[in-house]
This record gives sequence, structure tokens and C-alpha cells, in this order.
Amino acid sequence: MSASSLGYNEQGGEATELGQEAAPTTAPSAPAAFGLFSSDTKKSEDLKEMLESSKDSAKLDAMKRIVGMIAKGKNASELFPAVVKNVASKNIEIKKLVYVYLMRYAEEQQDVALLSISTFQRALKDPNQLIRASALRVLSSIRVPIIVPIMMLAIKEASADLSPYVRKNAAHAIQKLYSLDPEQKEMLIEVIEKLLKDKSTLVAGSVVMAFEEVCPDRIDLIHKNYRKLCNLLVDVEEWGQVVIIHMLTRYARTQFVSPWKEGDVLEEFNEKDFYETDEEQKEKDQKVKKPYAMDPDHRLLIRNTKPLLQSRNAAVVMAVAQLYWHLAPKSEAGIVSKSLVRLLRSNREVQYIVLQNIATMSIQRKGMFEPYLKSFYVRSTDPTMIKTSKLEILTNLANEANISTLLREFQTYVKSQDKQFAAATIQAIGRCATNISEVTDTCLNGLVCLLSNRDEIVVAESVVVIKKLLQTQPAHHSEIIKHMGKLLDTITVPVARASILWLIGEYCERVPKIAPDVLRKMAQSFTSEDDLVKLQILNLGAKLYLTNSKQTKLLTQYILNLGKYDQSYDIRDRTRFIRQLIVPNEKSGALSKYAKKIFLAQKPAPLLESPFKDRDRFQLGTLSHTLNTKATGYLELSNWPEEAPDPSVRNVEVIELGKEQLVTLGKVKKEKSTEKFYSESEEEESASTTDTESESTSESEKEKNGKEESSSMENTESSSSEELSESESDSKESTAKKRFKTIEESDSDNMEKKKKVISKKNKSFDSSDAESSSTEETSSDSKSESDSESDTESKKPKIAAATKRKEMAVQEKKAPTKQEVSLLDLDDFNPVSTPVAVPTPAILSPSLVADLEGLSVSKSSVIDVSTPVFVPMKTHELLHRMSGKGLAAHYHFSRQPCIYGDQMVSVQVTLTNTTDQKLENIHIGEKKLPTGMKMHVFNPIEFLEPEESITVSMGIDFCDSTQTASFQLCTKEDHFSVNIQPPVGELLLPVTMAEKDFKTEQGMLTGMNETSATITVAPQNSTRLVILEKVVKAANLGLVPSGQDNIHRFAAKTVHSGSLMLVTVELKEGSTAQLIINTEKTVIGSILLRELKPVLSQG
Amino acid sequence: MIHSLFLINSSGDIFLEKHWKSVVSRSVCDYFFEAQERATEAENVPPVIPTPHHYLLSVYRHKIFFVAVIQTEVPPLFVIEFLHRVVDTFQDYFGVCSEVVIKDNVVVVYEVLEEMLDNGFPLATESNILKELIKPPTILRTVVNTITGSTNVGDQLPTGQLSVVPWRRTGVKYTNNEAYFDVIEEIDAIIDKSGSTITAEIQGVIDACVKLTGMPDLTLSFMNPRLLDDVSFHPCVRFKRWESERILSFIPPDGNFRLLSYHVSAQNLVAIPVYVKHNISFRDSSSLGRFEITVGPKQTMGKTVEGVMVTSQMPKGVLNMSLTPSQGMHTFDPVTKLLSWDVGKINPQKLPSLKGTMSLQAGASKPDENPTINLQFKIQQLAISGLKVNRLDMYGEKYKPFKGIKYMTKAGKFQVRT
Repeated sequence: MSASSLGYNEQGGEATELGQEAAPTTAPSAPAAFGLFSSDTKKSEDLKEMLESSKDSAKLDAMKRIVGMIAKGKNASELFPAVVKNVASKNIEIKKLVYVYLMRYAEEQQDVALLSISTFQRALKDPNQLIRASALRVLSSIRVPIIVPIMMLAIKEASADLSPYVRKNAAHAIQKLYSLDPEQKEMLIEVIEKLLKDKSTLVAGSVVMAFEEVCPDRIDLIHKNYRKLCNLLVDVEEWGQVVIIHMLTRYARTQFVSPWKEGDVLEEFNEKDFYETDEEQKEKDQKVKKPYAMDPDHRLLIRNTKPLLQSRNAAVVMAVAQLYWHLAPKSEAGIVSKSLVRLLRSNREVQYIVLQNIATMSIQRKGMFEPYLKSFYVRSTDPTMIKTSKLEILTNLANEANISTLLREFQTYVKSQDKQFAAATIQAIGRCATNISEVTDTCLNGLVCLLSNRDEIVVAESVVVIKKLLQTQPAHHSEIIKHMGKLLDTITVPVARASILWLIGEYCERVPKIAPDVLRKMAQSFTSEDDLVKLQILNLGAKLYLTNSKQTKLLTQYILNLGKYDQSYDIRDRTRFIRQLIVPNEKSGALSKYAKKIFLAQKPAPLLESPFKDRDRFQLGTLSHTLNTKATGYLELSNWPEEAPDPSVRNVEVIELGKEQLVTLGKVKKEKSTEKFYSESEEEESASTTDTESESTSESEKEKNGKEESSSMENTESSSSEELSESESDSKESTAKKRFKTIEESDSDNMEKKKKVISKKNKSFDSSDAESSSTEETSSDSKSESDSESDTESKKPKIAAATKRKEMAVQEKKAPTKQEVSLLDLDDFNPVSTPVAVPTPAILSPSLVADLEGLSVSKSSVIDVSTPVFVPMKTHELLHRMSGKGLAAHYHFSRQPCIYGDQMVSVQVTLTNTTDQKLENIHIGEKKLPTGMKMHVFNPIEFLEPEESITVSMGIDFCDSTQTASFQLCTKEDHFSVNIQPPVGELLLPVTMAEKDFKTEQGMLTGMNETSATITVAPQNSTRLVILEKVVKAANLGLVPSGQDNIHRFAAKTVHSGSLMLVTVELKEGSTAQLIINTEKTVIGSILLRELKPVLSQG
Repeated sequence: MIHSLFLINSSGDIFLEKHWKSVVSRSVCDYFFEAQERATEAENVPPVIPTPHHYLLSVYRHKIFFVAVIQTEVPPLFVIEFLHRVVDTFQDYFGVCSEVVIKDNVVVVYEVLEEMLDNGFPLATESNILKELIKPPTILRTVVNTITGSTNVGDQLPTGQLSVVPWRRTGVKYTNNEAYFDVIEEIDAIIDKSGSTITAEIQGVIDACVKLTGMPDLTLSFMNPRLLDDVSFHPCVRFKRWESERILSFIPPDGNFRLLSYHVSAQNLVAIPVYVKHNISFRDSSSLGRFEITVGPKQTMGKTVEGVMVTSQMPKGVLNMSLTPSQGMHTFDPVTKLLSWDVGKINPQKLPSLKGTMSLQAGASKPDENPTINLQFKIQQLAISGLKVNRLDMYGEKYKPFKGIKYMTKAGKFQVRT
């Protein structure tokens, strides 16, 4: 670089680019050679000088040193003025480091920090989104109260920025401003409300975070965005997912009724006892009569979070697990256990948290984790905290069936070198013994064996546990008590000694010989005992005094005397109390009579409970749950509401839309229309997804949907004349169609009820199908999804396409929607509407198609109906506008399987009104069909505005013949006879099959089933692509992969009878070709042959 | 969310601090040190420590504690997972993650941390994006930068940040287009005293190194995808495609990444490729104990078991051991009581063994537990679960990439109780 210092900045820019280019080729290796820490000795004076130098390199060096100081926690605040001067530096790295410095020290040096503000304000207007975003980031990170208004303004502006990245930063800035000045809350909520409506997945996580921080109680803001959030969830970045899931969990608990009631009880009647908790019992007592039906929105949330269980991020998996735990019907919550167990392979810290949560879960629902029992076996290399958590879970999971294996496992643990863990194991054995009565004796025997263990901690723990166990059934175990009495000579752990003494005192009547002797020994050692033990000695003395005063009176008095002068308050207190109670004197009144009852009352046996018992009061996966105390800022999970709040709050858009339409009829602004379009399509998306869930939703609900649908349909019809509603009605129609499909799929009993609804809907199919061929690519794309979804998705682009033609103005806005839809269906793409180079679905889809083809090849023996190869649409005239008195009609073959019947060919009819008057009641009148032929007509069209056109679809069963279907097209006043004659190529549906299968099929269709012809092929027609294009254009055939370059194979089946139609084009030398058609339907075969011949031979 | 981050080395020095909100005094770490002291071992320091005003969440990796300070309720896994991601990023940037390296690259570390969190909420954690924002230091770039004064900081928003494939850099170019996939399976097992398997599971991962030009769209299919019981994916994998067809379809990130991790459940029978014959006995009266172990191959599908390493934590009472191995090297540390034996390859004809005596503390009673033996081994070209990749196809780009798939089986947490 031969640059003078003046021209340096520009040069620097170039160099940056150079550096970027070099980036991918070089691998990260040894650390940079800068010895930054050696510079600590330099005086800050030096640094100041460097910062004021005119060279960027010196400045950069200085900044790096300063950042080094900050990192080490050294105070660099005195350099503030010198650093701030460089905030406007052109060198981006210096600038960034200055930002780092500013964020650290601005709070301390507010006055000087203000100097930098104007730089940021300028940068907020920069055309580069990265610079805008980082300016906002730094500006909002400078915690200087004076600039609150500036920040507010900047946030407001940024929240409307075109770049989603800037909007994301705006969402972050909201939280910063809120913590700086909570007064701004109301204003900030407005911004949050606005950003919540944002469609970008980039923004969603951040704005929900802001929502949680600023106004977590304003769930009313969520209603309208609920379905959108559910649907976007999969595409949001992982950190956002965690936040959104936690928020939605809280939301759902306030909005839906509990799924843990009847509906569930019915399903899992057998498991009921198993899962039931007190809480549920209560719930059941106040039984509601009507059967439980899950709100479709509730279902939507549960379903859309499920794929996230497969996330690589442990926090996401945990978040979904807790969502299922708190929201899903109990029968479904089980699916999370597998994923949680998977997390146990992760790092120590992750294991720790996950195990804690599993421990809480396993107390309430053992069944969930029982199959994974062995995954919780302890390894000697686990850290102690992991070991104890695992042990806890194993204990929770113990039952009659697995207890013997578990006890064997516990035996190994008891011998562990980690004594803390061994002690915990003994506790666990004790718990198993009390919980499972079958093994109580076995456990007790085992524990008694441990009393002879060499390790004192083990012995002591055993004593404590045995004490608890004996309390439950003391009668049979005087031997054990005697044995333990002997242990007093050797054991030194105070808790254990105290336990033994208590035991002997409590059951002194069963061991009358030993008890006084023990007391004697203890009297000797009283002064050297631990306080805990001393108290028990006093207790023992008192009890013996009451039962066996002859032998122990003096001893007890001696002990009481010792206690009187003890150093500890507690012991002196206790001594005084006991003396007054048991030793009769004048003052002691009525109380001493009852001394025996007081001391030797039956004491309830202690319950050995899991330490995780009470953790379920906290939401799983939270910090509070881990700590078992309420952390600052913990948001309670509310109980399910008795009655679900109005579910319609979430679909406000639809209803409002209807109203607004009526009001604003005819003069809707474009802006509004786009907004509507978006919300509408979303709405519909969620609706459709809920609908397709037919197995889990109850019938009654479906019915409800049907009704809703019909009402919304009416809505549409009423205003279908005007531009805005055009697009809306379209999308609704597609919804209708989807619903229709679902209904069709559902059982036939239901059909009766729905007929009305369906008939209403039928007429709306037309337009959505009109452009189907143009969107072939997208639809084949979505083939990889499940049926219902591909159905949903493929339709939407069509709508967009259809509307595009009519509504040029809205077109621009629609394009992103179209993209959003098709991308969503690829599942892992985010909808983005920025002018960034994104791979369009068009790039991806061919690969997917090819991919799919490859797939069906590998499955060889299957012959499937495939999606037709894309060909330009060919329209035929049905009715000329002159002969139709202004009504023009065209038809084309959509080449899609017909929805009205398997044997029908679907025909799209486009009706156009070329008059200047409304045409009313367009319908199909009298049909003149050859025998056997059937026709499914379109629903009457109530009216068609002037210059409007509408596309409807109908189905005709041509019986695999080229006979003409004649019928009358009627309007209110007139009727016109029209007819449709199908080209033979349209009577087919393409199929895919492997080459091998093709050959076998062909082998069976020889002889009279084969027709062939030799043709001369035009030279330009001899390439593969051209042949493919020409043949497919002429007939709806599917391509069959071919091993030879000169042979091209196509396959299809006839629509009516489903017989195979195999076409082979074999190119010979000298521009001739052999055209062979094999089919059972020889008539069609020969017609097809006749039609194909010219296609290939002509130029 | 995350207020501050402190990096603490094993000797208890805070060598880096970073604050995203107002500054939290480093004295807050005193609570951490207290807990550390109580825990005796670094492994046992609780990951969540409450203090009066803050909560300290920490992870321990590469002998460094990463302590995050938070003030309000937040899912603890959120913070822990993020901290692990920070460590991974450092490792990705500098090759290793150690105190020295972090100190040497403090500026880059600071810049990276600045990009990873905004106001304590994760901003960019995808390494492909970070590397576009801040270039990892290399010797070449350092030299170039010192001469030309250019920087490591990119001035354009990485397009990936906004695109539909946020994990992939744009404009990737390679002269050699290659895609390598390593199928690595680890066997976690506990083997009984008698040699029977108590529990065995297979944990597998597919690590990929993809260096392909442009925007390739890959599909990877398996011969036997049903084997995979539970899977977790890199975000690039199209989940629905997997659900419906059991095919991995994805646009890969550039460079190294973990495509998939999976789990083959304990319910399936797991082939255990090695066995250990052991005879370890202490006697009450004598101060000498017998020690003898032999390692042999079991179900190895004809492959060689290599890289065998036996470690065992001996009881406290063992003073020293005098052992002779038939092959390999062995060491015994009398302080930590850790015995390790580097066996190497197992030759089925001549099984490796380690024999000898242990000298015990005189007078002390015999230890009540025999030591557990931990085993490590490697088997190349074998996925023990039987998982096989069927084919890898690329769409969306014209060139023909070089493809490679490698299989390996390793011991995970493989323990033999004696």
C-alpha cells in the first residue's frame, strides 16, 4: 500500500474486501501474533496519543489494547473522551471497537457520551441495513436517561423498517429502553403490538422476548397472532423458539379448557389409577356433562411443536417437553420422554437440568419413563450430582415388577467409592421399602447387613433409614433393635446414635433388658456427646423413668442434673421441661399425670418422600423449578379455566373482515387490501391445518367447522363483485375446497349432514383450479408432504396466480406471499421479503421432482399416478361471445385427477361476460350425453359482472371414448347448446413406473394390443427434450426412465377404465422412428397413434 | 437474559469478563468460588447457583468455567445451551479453546461475543454467519492486516442472516467440490461382573464436512432407516421429508457440521465387540492383592479392534501395583490411584493381558468394592448398529462432487463392573 495518510480510508475499504475474498480459502490456525497483553504496561497517555494519531492502524492498535483492558476488568474510563472522538471513524473495525467501549462506559460518563449520539442518528438513516441495525443496537445500549426520547423515536422508526434484521434489533431495543425507563411502557407496548404482527421469522422470537419482559400480562395482544406464531414456530431460530414456546404455554393455560378431563378418562380408562393425582380427582368431582372437545387452536399448538422435539438444541427440546407436560392430553405427553432421554447423552450441565425435570415428571406419571429405566443406571464416572438425580428417578420408577432388578443395581451402588452417593442409595432403598410392601422385609434385611459395613457413613445412613422403617412395623423387629443397641459401642456418627437411642426409648418395653443398660452407658458418656445425641439421651431417660422407674430413677436424675448445667440452651431447656413433667412434685399440677401419654404416644411413621415432590408447583424447565424457589420474574402458570374464554378472539380477522367489507364496499384502499390478504391467508392456513386433523378432532367439531365455513362463504358472496374481496374470496374458496376434501375423506355417515354445506361450496372450486397448470412446479414440490398438506399448499399459489391476472396492482404484494407459502411447505425456510438473493423455489423444485422420480424408481414394482409434466395450457372454445350473446366460454383440460370422481376427466371452463350488463344465474341445463357418459356440473353462478370472468371446474366421464358431450349452457334469459369433444390425449392420466416394469407390462400387451407405425422424424425433433415436449403436449403421458438414449418411453392409464397405455418412440437411423403403442384399449391406441404421428414428423 | 459472562480458569482467576447490560461487579463470582470449594471437584460444581441478587449458571469445558450471570427467571437450559455454543464457536474459530488462546485473541473473542448476544438475547449463533461478520484470525490474514491495515470485520450484513437458509454462506466457491460424511457410533454399556450386559445403547452421529460450490441441495438415504429410533437434526434438514420418506434432504452449511445425531434404543440388542476377563481380589489378611485382566474381541464382524485403552480407578487402599502387560504400556498413579493401560490393537490369536499384584495399605481392611474398568476402543469401517448409507445425491448444481462416507464405532461410556 503506497497510500498517503489522506487517501487511506478509501484504500482501507478495498483491503477489507480483499480480506473477505481470502477468507474461504484459508483455514483457521494459530492465534494472531498480536501480544495484546504485553501492552498492559503502556501508560494510558500512550494510548491517548495513539488514538489521536492520524493513522488508522495506530488507532486500531490502541482500541485493541483498550478492549483487552476491558476484558480483563481493568478500568479504562479515563480514556473516554479520546475514544469517543473516533466514533465516526470510517474504519469499520475501529468503529466496532469504539462501540464496544461505549456500551461499557457510557453509563459512567453520560455527558461525554452524548457527543456520540448524533453519529448514531445519522447512521440510523444509512442505506446499509447492517449499519442501521448496529447503530440502533449501540444507541439503545447506551444507558443514558437523557436520550430516552431519541431512543423511542428510533425504535418506532426501526420497527417499520423494511429490513427484518433492523426490525429484530428494534425488538431488542424495546427491552433495553424499558429497563432504562419503565415510564415508557405504554408507548413500547404499542410498538410490541405492531411488531407482533410482523410476518418475519427473524422478528418473532425477539418481539416475544420483549413482550415477556415488558408486558407479559397483556395476553390480549397475543390472540390475533396466536395462529401465526404457531405456524411460524418451526422456522423461527432456535432461541426464539424457546421463548415463544414458553409464552404460548402460559397463553394456552389461560385460553383453553383442560384436556385432562372426560375425553382423556375415556381414552385411558385402564391407566387411570396410575396417572391420577389429587388435583385431577378434584377436577373430576366437578364433572362437566358435555363431552370434551379440544379447541382446534389448542391442537394446533400441540401439533406444531412436535417436530421441534427433534431439535439439536436441548433448550428447545426441553421447552417442547414442558409444553406437552402442561398442555397435552396425558395420553400424548408420553412422546416427549424419548427425546428427553436422548438429551442425557449431552453435557454434564444439560444432563443435570434434564434429570431434575424428569425426576419431577416421573413422580406423577411413572409410565412415561418406565421403558427407559436402564438409561438411568448410574456409571461410576458420573459426577455425584448426576448420580443422585439418576438415583432419584430410579426410585420414583420402582414398582413391583422391576424392584428386584433395581435392588440388585442398588447393591452395586451401595459399594460405590463415592460415599455420598452410597448414602443416598441407602435412602433410596428405604423409600422403595416403604412404597412397595412386598420388598419391605428384603430391604430391611439388606439394610441390617449393611450395619456391619466397614464404612461409618454407610452404617449411619442405614441406621437412620432402618429407624424410619421400623416405625412402620415395630412389632416383629425387636431383634434388630437389640442389634442396633450393640452398635452404640462402635458407631460415632451423631445422627445414627441419636436414631438408635430414639428407637430404644420408643420401644423400650420390647427390649426391657437392654434399655436400662444403654442408658447407663450413655450417662457415662453424656458430656462428650453431640447435642443431638444429648437430647435423645434425655428422651430415653424420661421414657424409661416412666416405664421402668425402679431401675432407672437414679440414672435419669443424674442425667437431668448433667443436662441442667449443659452449655447449650436447648439442652438446659429440655432438661427443665422434662424434669417438671416426669418428676412429681407439689407444683407440677395435672400435667404430670399425663406424662406417659405425652412421651409414649403412638407416633405416626414418617413418610419417605421424594425431595422432588413439591417441585411440580413450578413450571417445568424454568429456573425456579431447578432451584425449587421462586426466582425473580417467574411467571405463574395459571390453572386451566373452568370455561374456555371465547375462542373467536383468535380469528378476529375473518369476522371483522366481513363487516368491514360491507362498510367499505367499493372504496377500499390498496394498502388495506394487502394487509387483509396476508392475514387472510394465514388465517386460512391455520384453519386448514386444524381441519385436516380428522382422527383427533371430534365429529361435532367438524360439523361446527362446516357451519362456520358456510357462513363465511355467504360473506364472500355478498361482496364478490369488488376488487378487494376478489382476492379474499379466492383464498376462501380454496379453504372451502380443502375442507371439502377433508370431509370427503371422513366417514360416510357424516356425509348426509354435510351435503348442504358442500353444495354451497361446490361452485367456488372453479377459479382456484383455473391456473393449475401454471403452478405445476409448486404442487409437485409439495408432493413430499403429507396428503392433506400438499393439498393445502398447492392450492395457494394458484390463487395467487389467478388473482394476479385480474389485479395487477396487488400483484407486487402477493409475490412474497406466494413465496412464503411455497417455502413454508419446504418446511425449513423462512418467508423473507427482502431483496436479497434467495434461492427461489423454482431452483429447488426440479431437484425435488427429479428426486421424487428417482424415488419411485427405486420402489420399482409400484405404478403410481404421477403429476403431469408441465405443458402450456391449450384452451378450446366452448361458446363464442357472438353466438353466446355476450357470454363467452372457453375450456381446457387441467390434467389433474378429477375431484368429483375417479373416472372423470376434469375440465376447467372459463366464463367471461363481454356484455355491459350483469349476467345472472349461469348454469348447465339439459345434457345430451351418449350412453354411459356422466357429467358433474358446476354450481350455478348467481351473477357475473360485466367484463368479469370466472373459472369453474366440472368433471366429465367420457367412458374412454372421444364421443362428444353436449349440453346446454344457460343464463337467466338464454340457453346455448355447446359441446366438448376431448382429444384422445386428454383421456389419460400419467403414471410413473420403472423401466423394468414398463418392459414387463409391454411384454403382456403384444399381438393385437400393439399398434405401431414407422414415421419420418423431422431433424429438429430428434433430441430427447423436444420429443418429450411434443409428445407430452399432445397427450397427457408420464415419462418413464429409459436406459437407451434412442428409446423414449411414456406411460399413462385411461381415466375411465384405468387400462395402461404404453408409448414407445424408438429413433432409428436415417431420421426414421418406430412409434409403438401397447394398450388393451386398441381403439384409443390407434387414435392416439394417428395423433402422435404428425406431431413427431412435423417441424 | 444473560447479563454478564465471566471466564474463570482452573486456578480461580477471572481472565475475561463481558457485560451486555449494566456492569455486574466481578465480586459476584465469590459465590461461585464458594460453591467450587464445597464441591471439591470441578465436575461437581452445581451448574446453577443462586445468590441474593443474581443467579450464576455455569458450564465447565476445557478446564475453563464459563459463568453467566442472570437476574431474572429464564429457562436454565437456554443459558447452558448457549454457553456451550459459545465454547463451540471459540473452538471453531481458534482450533482449540484454552485460556491462552482466548487471551491471545481477546479482541476477536470480544467481537464475536458482541455479535452473539444483544442485550443478553442470542443474536447470531450460526458459525457460518459469525465467520462472515468477523473473520477468524489466520496467520496469513494477520500479516495482511498488519501491512494493509484492513480488518477482520465484515461491513455487510451476511446474506445468510436474512435468507431462507440462514446457516449457509452465500457465494461459496471451491475448485475441488467434496462432501464427506462420517458415521460415528458410540456404544454406551454397563457390563456385569459375570460378563452379562446390564444396559447397552448406541449413540450415533453423522458429522459432515461439505465443501461444495453454490447452493447444493443434498439428499442422503439409508439402507435401513428404521434402525434410527430417535434423531435430532441440524436445522438444515427438512423434517417433513424425513417423516414421510425417511430421507435426509438438506442444503448443507459450508464446512464442518453435525448433520444428525441418533439413538438406537436399549430395547434393540446391541452387539458388544469386546469382552474383559478379570480376576481382581483383595484378601483381608495379606497386604497383597491379585490383579489380572484380559481383553478379547467378541462380536466384531471380522474387523480389528484398535485403540484399546483400559482405565480403572483403584480403591484408596491400594498403595502401588506391580504389573506386567503382554503388550502395550501401563501406568499407575499412586496419588490419584488411576491405572491406565494403553493396549493398542487386539490380536485375536494372542489376547492382551495385564497381570500382577497390588500392594495394599498395611493394616487397613480390604476395600469393599472392586474397581470398575472403563474401556475405550475403536473399530474402523463398521457401524455397529448396522446402519448403512444408501446413496447421496446432489441437486441444484451442475458439477459432480466427490463423495465419501466413513464408518466408525467407538466405545462411549463403556464400563465393566468387577
